[in-house]
Amino acid sequence: MRALILTGFGINCEEEFAAAYRMAGAEPTIVHLNQVLHGQVSIHDFDTLNFPGGFSFGDDLGSGVVLANKLRYRQTGAGGRTLLDDIKQFIADGKFVLGICNGFQVLVKLGLLPNLSGDVTPEVTLTHNASGRYEDRWVTLRVNAKANTPFLKGIDTLEVPVRHGEGRLVISDAAIQQRIEEGGFNCLSYLDASGDGTDIYPFNPNGAALNCAGLTDPTGQVFGLMPHPEAFLSAYNHPDWARRRRLNPEASEEGEGLQIFKNIVEHITDTRTAAASAAEFATQN
Amino acid sequence: MSDNTPTTTHTIQLTLKPGQHDGDGQRVAEAAARHLGLATGNVRSAALYTVRYPLSETQVQDFATRCLADPVMHDVRLNELTAPAGFATYILVARRPGVTDDEGTSAQNALADLLNEPLDTHTQHIFSKRLYLLENDLPETDLRRIAEELLGNKLINWLEVGRVADGIRDYTPRPGGGAEAITEVISLTGLSDAELVQLSKENIYALNLEEMQAVRDHFAAADTRAERQAAGLPTDPTDCELEIIAQTWSEHCKHKEFSALINYKDLETGEEKQVDSLFKTYIKDATSEVDRQLRANGNDWLVKVFSDNAGAVRINADSLFVWKVETHNSPSAIDPYGGAITGILGNNRDPLATGIGGARLLFNTNVLCFGNPEYDGPLLTGQLHPRRILEGVRKGIEDGGNKSGVPTVNGAIVFDDRYAGKPLVYCGTGAVMPMQFAGKDSWEKNIDAGDRIIMAGGRVGKDGIHGATFSSIELDETAPATAVQIGSPITQKLAMDFLMLAARRGLLKCSTDNGAGGLSSSVGELAGISGGAVVELEKVPLKYPGLRPWEIFVSESQERFTLVVEPGKMADIMALGQEMEVELTDIGHFTADGFLDVRFDGTPVARLDMHFLHEGVPRKVLEAEWTRPTLVEPAIAPATNYTATLGQLLGSLNICSRESVIRQYDHEVKGRTIVKPLMGATGQAPQDAAVVRFNFESWEGVAVSNGILPRFGDLDAYHMSAGAFDEAVRQIIAVGGKLPNLSHGDNIFWSVNDNFCVPDSVYDPIGNPDGKQKLAKLVRMCEALRDATAAYCIPLTSGKDSMKNDFKADGVKISVPPTVLYSMTAKMEDVRRAITSDFKQPDDVVYLLGETHDELGGSEYYALHGELGANVPKVDFKKAKALYTLVGQANDQHLIQSCHDLSDGGLAVALAECTFGYNCGASIDLPDTGLALPAQLFSESHSRFLATVAPEDVVAFEALLGSRATRLGTVTKDVRLVVRHGGREVISADTDVLRSVWTNGPVNRLLGVVSKQNLSHSNSL
Repeated sequence: MRALILTGFGINCEEEFAAAYRMAGAEPTIVHLNQVLHGQVSIHDFDTLNFPGGFSFGDDLGSGVVLANKLRYRQTGAGGRTLLDDIKQFIADGKFVLGICNGFQVLVKLGLLPNLSGDVTPEVTLTHNASGRYEDRWVTLRVNAKANTPFLKGIDTLEVPVRHGEGRLVISDAAIQQRIEEGGFNCLSYLDASGDGTDIYPFNPNGAALNCAGLTDPTGQVFGLMPHPEAFLSAYNHPDWARRRRLNPEASEEGEGLQIFKNIVEHITDTRTAAASAAEFATQN
Repeated sequence: MSDNTPTTTHTIQLTLKPGQHDGDGQRVAEAAARHLGLATGNVRSAALYTVRYPLSETQVQDFATRCLADPVMHDVRLNELTAPAGFATYILVARRPGVTDDEGTSAQNALADLLNEPLDTHTQHIFSKRLYLLENDLPETDLRRIAEELLGNKLINWLEVGRVADGIRDYTPRPGGGAEAITEVISLTGLSDAELVQLSKENIYALNLEEMQAVRDHFAAADTRAERQAAGLPTDPTDCELEIIAQTWSEHCKHKEFSALINYKDLETGEEKQVDSLFKTYIKDATSEVDRQLRANGNDWLVKVFSDNAGAVRINADSLFVWKVETHNSPSAIDPYGGAITGILGNNRDPLATGIGGARLLFNTNVLCFGNPEYDGPLLTGQLHPRRILEGVRKGIEDGGNKSGVPTVNGAIVFDDRYAGKPLVYCGTGAVMPMQFAGKDSWEKNIDAGDRIIMAGGRVGKDGIHGATFSSIELDETAPATAVQIGSPITQKLAMDFLMLAARRGLLKCSTDNGAGGLSSSVGELAGISGGAVVELEKVPLKYPGLRPWEIFVSESQERFTLVVEPGKMADIMALGQEMEVELTDIGHFTADGFLDVRFDGTPVARLDMHFLHEGVPRKVLEAEWTRPTLVEPAIAPATNYTATLGQLLGSLNICSRESVIRQYDHEVKGRTIVKPLMGATGQAPQDAAVVRFNFESWEGVAVSNGILPRFGDLDAYHMSAGAFDEAVRQIIAVGGKLPNLSHGDNIFWSVNDNFCVPDSVYDPIGNPDGKQKLAKLVRMCEALRDATAAYCIPLTSGKDSMKNDFKADGVKISVPPTVLYSMTAKMEDVRRAITSDFKQPDDVVYLLGETHDELGGSEYYALHGELGANVPKVDFKKAKALYTLVGQANDQHLIQSCHDLSDGGLAVALAECTFGYNCGASIDLPDTGLALPAQLFSESHSRFLATVAPEDVVAFEALLGSRATRLGTVTKDVRLVVRHGGREVISADTDVLRSVWTNGPVNRLLGVVSKQNLSHSNSL
């Protein structure tokens, strides 16, 4: 299973992103965006396309905007082909796209999330936190029971850090909001201390609509979230690790965030094995 | 004109759609009311972009709606600057010519992508601005106050204000005219002493009379004249030559006072001695001795000290740890945001450009010293309000670290009114470098004649001219605007990504940072390795025309590196630069002829003898006299209950929570931070030191701490310095670190940076009458440093001194107290064994480790009563080392569950802080030691910890620690802190109330987000 992890131009979480895939048993490759734009690397040689966090182009013009713009407009091939055209093909091929934090912002600004219409135009946005400030703090998330994405399979709640200034999901169209809720595309919500979805700061750190921390597209192949599961690969990343390990010294040393990566690696590997045996079966017959 | 005829200037305005929350506008209204007492009414903000590029109206429309506007959030207006009804006045915030405009550059990138054209992003075509519309019809003076005190800085911003009815005035910078290839000759011959001094002052050379005379004599010497004639140069120096000399000889670059001969008199004992260079005597020689002891014991991890941009120590067979801490005080005083962000980014470039260059940055840390942010008195001319400095510096550190993807893992803020003139802004960066790049030792800087000089990164403008010399003099109201720079984290991130790859591919021979002094400093220093250089200044890419050759050479425009590349590798490195969009320019080559040779279009601009340049500065001889201050211990009436006192301390400026600041820094990007600034289930337990692992493959890591105690310097500078050193050591011990060299070949590296920030300490009967006493304090600080390094066997690896931290205006001088920061790093063999400060479990036994003395002098407790006292805390190095060794052994045996170092506020504050991580309390019985209760509770005696031990480990722990551990009580499930003395309750409080008092202290009140949770608490004790 091969994961392509984009970097360059201010992306800065590519190393922990790669570590996450490696720990999950996949083969990650960190690639500078220009290598893809200039045709030296093809995304089609990979199983997942990953947009890490960071400050692409310094977050100028709004987080993720300049990078999304580059994917949409910069022509990479003949006939005005853009990287977005390739990404559409990549998804149509049944492959997976993951965006975390700034990467999530890119997917939203590009219109790949939630992409209800299927024509990749922006339908919602992520903007300045209600607090008006950047914040690094740990939050608890709950997976929407209706969510339909292999990334979140078997996960109920998840503790992760948020580290962003522009993570407030804004859905200005009631019809869009309704379709998101109906489809369970608002796959992650911020929880308060009693385990309920909340709009109260700091449990909901940015004031997001639907208390929403992450989205999928209708296929479940494209997934993005504001918090950083790749920052919780080790149990020792958690702020309360010392007390927790005292209580439970035999607990796994893995961080909870790793599960998302294990899920997708396992899903792709299983699908491939199934496909291979099906093919084998077909040949034998 | 048809719609599609390209025109060259367009203005795009983005306003929020009705119903969208205007956070920026609301903040301006709130800040104007809160800080300036001005009622603005409703404020609406808008983004403006002026595009100076030939585009048709359709293209502009497309660009605005598709690239700039968020379809959910924004309405777009093209080429009209009007306001909707209901807004009477406006403020427009633009940038002055040449000031970094990252947003404009990013917009340009977007335009290039939209048009699919190669649009030169190094030349500015798009200018970003902010427009604020105000409901109320405020007079122009009030609008100016809001503009200058809240929205911009007139040194870097162009601010337009007025009434909407009179039309909104726009401003777009139009940088200079044509190139100015003018080099002037400055005659020194026949100048009187007074004229020499005047010349130095007028040109901001910051050279004194003796130094100016040395320059004059050098150019008057017969052999210099002959050489210059032969090389086609005028007899007198050029402007560029004097600028190079001034920069190279600046206190900032040459550390003349730390190298001076000092005549020291102790007026108390009558002792007299001569110190032959503070640096050599107390820092370099002390480290050599430490290194000798280390090597004798099989510990040869000290790889590079004092001789490069940062110190380097060996982590293991494969990698080095590189560590540097610097200050950026003067720029932060006049432009807090720009000063701090360039401080962080500039400090990042030091480890990045150590040895060959291309280290991987691991973390940032910072220590900030400010005046009281709640100060409400008058300000001096040119002085910024401490609150504004705090907010600006904080924002600069946020952007500098976060946007570079480097975690800010810890830090400290110290408040003292004497920092109200010049703040102190210390920035530290740790990095990891492989031992070898493409088969070459990574830490070496080798250069041969013929190697090319490549400038990489940002372009050169007039920003930062005279930064090195300017920071070497005291600040006054005439601070030059050009000394200010704005950093561009994105430009530097691109350069950093490029450097790492270029080094790993073996394309770099070595590199250095373009910081203070710009090319003059970087090329001048590198040329010292090969023995000379030729620089062709006309090749240097400029942000805009109009710079003179000398300005190009000394400009401190940011985000630049100077690379040394072998001629045969030029093609490869240039191709890599192009691929990664980092501008590389070949600006000359190294030589071995002994001269720094600078040309513009073939015409000589400077030709300086390298030996004179680097060794010609006359040595200073300075006078120091130590008189012990007259001090008395105050008589403070004893109380029966100290609960209220504890509350006051927890809510005091120097102890209260910094959470609002900490959380705006990303402290865990890279996913390697193990001990963060705030930990525990609540995320509110303050920690003593950060712990960061090096990578995901091993559990090796590094602990990071900062020791700084300026208050104690008013009592005794020696003990202040010794205490600060001990504080940093004990913080590392508290989180589970171990002292170095305890056993043969244990390979536990320690790497320490010293940073001295002192007021002008050169005696002058009129200007600085107490200069001798100030210098004596500095000598004593250095003596303590030497004693501490020897006692713990901990080496200094790099450091910095900033000698003129005074602010003078309106006939008043505000001088910082003599301050030293020790920034320490130590290897942790297994980060999983790190110890955090918070109490973990009820029934754990609480111990005080170390000895408490009647040392309330300089304490926060005395400060609460407006007293200084006399009994300064003193470090007993021998006892401290024995205790730290035992604590390390206890950790090896897993005996310690929590450990917190005792510092500001003493035992009582530490007890409270340890309960902040989880809902618990503590039941404490203070022993009857004969020490008065206030001293037991609040003394800030050094080398102490508050530790907890699981009940099953008590016997083993007590057997190991013996009399060094005093059993105080237990952790309780009951969320109360109860402290008894002689059978009487002397402190009794709910721990969540204590936490609330601490959390709602002045720093979070000023900078924090109002939290419902915080508001629900009653804060009465």
